[in-house]
Amino acid sequence: MDLFEYQARDLFESHGVPVLGGAVAYTPEEAESAAASMGGRVVVKAQVKVGGRGKAGGVKLAESASDAKEKAAAILGMDIKGHTVNKVMIAQAAPIEAEYYLAILLDRANRNFLVMASVAGGMEIEEVAHKTPEKLARIGIDPNVGISKEKAREIVLAGQFPADVVDQVVEVLLKLWAAFVAEDATLMEINPLVKTSDGKVVALDGKVTLDDSADFRHPGHEALIDHAAANPLEAAAKAKNLNYVKLDGQVGIIGNGAGLVMSTLDVVAYAGEKFGVKPANFLDIGGGASAQVMADGLGIILGDSDVRSVFVNVFGGITACDAVANGIVQALSMLGDKATKPIVVRLDGNNVLEGRRILNEAAHPLIQQVETMDGAAARAAELAAK
Amino acid sequence: MAIFVNENTKVLVQGMTGSEGTKHTARMIKSGTKIVGGVTPGKGGQSVEIEGVTLPVFNNVTEAVAATGANASVVFVPPKFAKAAVIDAIDAKLPLVVVITEGIPVHDSAAFYAYAVEKGTTRLVGPNCPGLISPGKANLGIIPADITGPGRIGLVSKSGTLTYQMMYELRDFGFSTAVGIGGDPIIGTTHIDCLRAFQDDPDTDAIVMIGEIGGDAEERAAAFIAEYVTKPVVGYVAGFTAPEGKTMGHAGAIVSGSSGTAAAKQSALEAVGVSVGKTPSEAAQLMRTILNNKKG
Repeated sequence: MDLFEYQARDLFESHGVPVLGGAVAYTPEEAESAAASMGGRVVVKAQVKVGGRGKAGGVKLAESASDAKEKAAAILGMDIKGHTVNKVMIAQAAPIEAEYYLAILLDRANRNFLVMASVAGGMEIEEVAHKTPEKLARIGIDPNVGISKEKAREIVLAGQFPADVVDQVVEVLLKLWAAFVAEDATLMEINPLVKTSDGKVVALDGKVTLDDSADFRHPGHEALIDHAAANPLEAAAKAKNLNYVKLDGQVGIIGNGAGLVMSTLDVVAYAGEKFGVKPANFLDIGGGASAQVMADGLGIILGDSDVRSVFVNVFGGITACDAVANGIVQALSMLGDKATKPIVVRLDGNNVLEGRRILNEAAHPLIQQVETMDGAAARAAELAAK
Repeated sequence: MAIFVNENTKVLVQGMTGSEGTKHTARMIKSGTKIVGGVTPGKGGQSVEIEGVTLPVFNNVTEAVAATGANASVVFVPPKFAKAAVIDAIDAKLPLVVVITEGIPVHDSAAFYAYAVEKGTTRLVGPNCPGLISPGKANLGIIPADITGPGRIGLVSKSGTLTYQMMYELRDFGFSTAVGIGGDPIIGTTHIDCLRAFQDDPDTDAIVMIGEIGGDAEERAAAFIAEYVTKPVVGYVAGFTAPEGKTMGHAGAIVSGSSGTAAAKQSALEAVGVSVGKTPSEAAQLMRTILNNKKG
């Protein structure tokens, strides 16, 4: 889960990473009172989980509380790269002397953690990494050793921080590492980390990604979920523990296993080129496709008004094809009149003949069986075109 | 021969007394795997009967190895306790530990992977993987054993069901070993580890490599193929048409920006002479052609 900037700020603060005052506001009035409590001069920042908001006009300096109200009114409701702004962060304004960069992240290639630190923050860090790699220190961290004070100092010196801020940046890095571990984060980035005119080092903007798999040991993380952003079908699927992503096509897809479903999207997209149709969703019902799970999945997909046909693509592994076939038949009887769109089923793998026999005998008017994945995709695409 | 597991692999099941552990222990025994015992902390001294075999249960892996001579384990322990289970197996110097468990926090995987590297005596496969099978010899994990039999193709894949699909497509040829390496951000055995082992295995003639969008594992595998692999390799990458910025199931399956796309992976693989299919059936057909030419 990616956090909003204000959530990252609050998380940093709770772990002792120095930040400036900040508060979230959902209305211009809330923005005004938050600004007033911070002394009037503030920065109003759109809260969206996408980069480039500054260029899009989503960050504005306000000179007073009433100015903050106006600026917030202008920013709230803006569309930034397809994300509607429904909240802003009111951040204390501060005179900045220097901008640095500091991040800890999961390094998939080296299978450990990585600290990146640079005296050249504020601008595009990718550009710094590309053009002046010597200005970006990249140091791997053994997860079982962590970051000692000595290690932190070594990293900060490698990042070429000036002598007058080294001690403070070391302290920030140690706090950030403690937060990274305590919260099960996969990314904690401070950009920029700034030196203010009074010589203090503080985190001005932050990006945090938390590991959803660790939610069981962080009951507090649930409160950070952005329910407003979820598509209604995605929310309904989530409530039923289904792994569903809404896409913008017409062929509903159900399969077992994330890799196979992704492969199914490809095959349907290729087959759909001829008919001008595309996959309508990703839905992985996992290995154990019981009748109930199949019914839940079909229910979600048939509830999508964009869907014109459905492709059920199952490889019988642990759950054999006969069980899947029974699941489909029972699912359709559970759904009754709600099932109205043609369903193309491709079964392969364990007990495939028995599975096909069950579907043939059920002779449900909506079900068509096709034996190969490519053939079934073509049929589903053709049905969606009609 | 085969890679990593064969008829001499003696297997412990960590978490054998749980429902998933019991179910899959039965399947592994049925497919001819030598299961020698289970490990469940607190249940040491008990024994359970699965598929007509009486299996001793131990409190920890070190005791289990001493009593049974096991040289591998399969982990079905729930995410909360998986880290302790894997560390236990590494401490027992078990040469192979296959972690099936899905949903292990990545900080835990990072910790036990680093620990395994430091100790230097354990190969980890997974986590979040279907395991590996050398058909007719040993089956460690949840890959259905009856899709196909022994043969001379090696297969390595991030995805479980795509592994099954590809084994099914090529069932008339059979496989030396099929390895599901898992889709988590940190995994113990990579495409490259498997490519190296298949290249070195005299009983593997050709290799199928299945990738997925996200990360750069396939690109690094391509570089490795160029320098080390002389056997024919066929590739398949799922997710050519996946929209950017959507996460679909596997932690690995995330497209962000230009790198990590299926097209980028395809061109990296093709640049080193790997034939890449756009669908599983096309990839299978490419492999079929290679093997038939070899025969002819």
